[in-house]
Amino acid sequence: MSIFYFVAFLSILFAVLVVSAKNPVHSILYLVLTFFTFTIQYVMLNAEFLAVVNFIVYMGAILVLFLYTLMLINLNKEAEPMKTNLVKIAAVLGGGCLLVVMVGALKALTKTDPIVLKNPDLGLVKNLGKVLFGEFLLPFEVSSLLLLSAMVGAVLLATRDKKTTA
Amino acid sequence: MNSFFETVKTVPLNHYVILSAIIFSIGVIGVLLRRNAIIIFMSVELMLNAVNLLLTAFSVYHGDPNGQVFVFFIMALAAAEVAVGLAIIVMIYRNTNSVDINVLNRLKW
Repeated sequence: MSIFYFVAFLSILFAVLVVSAKNPVHSILYLVLTFFTFTIQYVMLNAEFLAVVNFIVYMGAILVLFLYTLMLINLNKEAEPMKTNLVKIAAVLGGGCLLVVMVGALKALTKTDPIVLKNPDLGLVKNLGKVLFGEFLLPFEVSSLLLLSAMVGAVLLATRDKKTTA
Repeated sequence: MNSFFETVKTVPLNHYVILSAIIFSIGVIGVLLRRNAIIIFMSVELMLNAVNLLLTAFSVYHGDPNGQVFVFFIMALAAAEVAVGLAIIVMIYRNTNSVDINVLNRLKW
């Protein structure tokens, strides 16, 4: 039980550091740590498939993409201009109000049962694969189409247009 | 793996919701606070992940695998979104020589 609270504390701490770090590279590295704590949460929920996918896709692919982009556009030469203090206070107040509203709505629900695993192999690859390729076969194929179109779009956007720049 | 789950058994569902709400709010604050487009993008990823954790917790709570399949689809969507979004950021950088979103205020009116 205490492991959950320790990991939750770590993820909140690293998430705050992601937002507040001055250097964008540090920000990305803190984001890696945040995602790692999320992976631990998935393992504790016995969702092994999601833990592995989170580890590979988020920490392996997405964050490496972020780091590459950051290195391509060399930001380290000048510090990012920060917003004024008034805007900062307004942003924190706005986010805090959102949090208060969500927690207040949760308090109205009063659903405090502990999580009990009904089916121990719920999150295993065997079980999820059967659901994914049975019930969700069409969305799965459509998502492959989405990835293909995203790839084409990214290549199209990022290539330099010869007519306008040359 | 069983001993791992024993530790979670006593955690109320509410605490997962609160944790996700806190992480989501931090993401919202990050979007409002920063001016670097890449860090704003990372805050959006933080929000996506908070929702993923919540979906998984509810899926385990109800013993329903559909929630975890949905998380898998969200991850595929996030990968596509990151590729396109970073391409747009690179294009903005090429045109304006910065990733400061205040440069883009011409879109305001």
